[in-house]
Amino acid sequence: MEVTKVPWKEGLKMEHTFTDDNFEAEVIKAKEPVLVDFFAEWCGPCKMMAPVVEEVAKETEGKVKVGKINVDESPETAEKYGVMSIPTLILFKEGEIAKTMVGFRSKEDIIKEIIG
Amino acid sequence: MVYDTVIIGSGLAGLTASIYASRYQMTNIVIGKVLGGTITLAHQVENFPGFPSISGIELSQKIAEQVKGLGAEIVAEKVVEVEIMAFTDGKKHFKVITETGKQYEARTLIVTTGTERRKLGVAGEREYLGKGVSYCTNCDAPFFKNKKVAVVGGGDAAVSGAVHLAGFASKVFLIHRRDEFRAEPIWVEDALSNQKIEVLFNTQVLEIIGDGNKVTAIKIDKEVDGSKIPIDGIFVEIGGIPESGLLSSLGVSLDENNFVVTSERMETSVPGLFAAGDFTTQGLIMSQAITACAQGAIAAASAFKYIKNKNAPRI
Repeated sequence: MEVTKVPWKEGLKMEHTFTDDNFEAEVIKAKEPVLVDFFAEWCGPCKMMAPVVEEVAKETEGKVKVGKINVDESPETAEKYGVMSIPTLILFKEGEIAKTMVGFRSKEDIIKEIIG
Repeated sequence: MVYDTVIIGSGLAGLTASIYASRYQMTNIVIGKVLGGTITLAHQVENFPGFPSISGIELSQKIAEQVKGLGAEIVAEKVVEVEIMAFTDGKKHFKVITETGKQYEARTLIVTTGTERRKLGVAGEREYLGKGVSYCTNCDAPFFKNKKVAVVGGGDAAVSGAVHLAGFASKVFLIHRRDEFRAEPIWVEDALSNQKIEVLFNTQVLEIIGDGNKVTAIKIDKEVDGSKIPIDGIFVEIGGIPESGLLSSLGVSLDENNFVVTSERMETSVPGLFAAGDFTTQGLIMSQAITACAQGAIAAASAFKYIKNKNAPRI
């Protein structure tokens, strides 16, 4: 699936959408660090997390690639990385897990964790 | 501008306070990190009048829409500091500062910061967070299809959570340290009649055991085919601890467990500062969506009375 940037009412979405099919190319082989938001439609806290992650994407543009993956539609990736709780954010660096954050986090928290 | 009231916390207590404040024509704003608060963790709410069955997130979104429809703004940020500004004429304002440094000034405050999830405090709990240890049955149940899980607790969240989990897992151990549940009888009946759910009363979890990558078993304080039960996941649903840290520096009275001491009118020990919801001593009577809303409404009426020096239309 092609990764698209979706225009929305307040401008351009900075977030990417990852799937089982594009995960290797878009995340594992990416040159820059990639922050992946594992989520599902049924999960309340994930819905709270979504706008926060979008803000993180805007603020870290050019430094970190940020995107989300629906664990329902892409169960293989979630299973491969042992995701058993959502929302989970995983930061990948050169194809490896560099940091895992489980549960709702504030924007400040996330940026501190991924940029340091 | 100086708001008539700033509402800290965007759970049901805070959102309802805003609805009432707006209708009292008080300028107000809601600031909170999780829109909807604790109710967003509930997979199904079946005791909120008007909604025979609704998910916690949908209920909170509907209430949030009502808040916005009445003209109030909801700011999705965490408040990190509250100060009291005293003026020479004896009046005072509250200053509220968020994590990004935004500042708001208000004549009154309604604080509804609720609770955070209580931890078991056993070995392995922290290590295996997100690797079999969960605090949200609603979020994580689908990861445990045909697996064995344990739920710890005896209230609504634990018992209804076990029922929800039984729709996915092959076996659910419902572990409670007392000899009866606090949950609504209707949930208890559902749990007890469910073939997949095995209830262990008078039982405590001593340790969460894993293989380095994920949870594999729990150790309990009695023998059920040995003291270790092999499981793939454990859901901790043992209630909340009050998030009252913001208020301690202001001299607001807290009880011995750090719940905010509130009167029937949701007044705290600091004039002009009101509190509502799960983290108040009134909230200890019942920590339910409907009672949190009611307390938010009363807090708004009390704030109105404080500012205008006259009773709210119906208080």
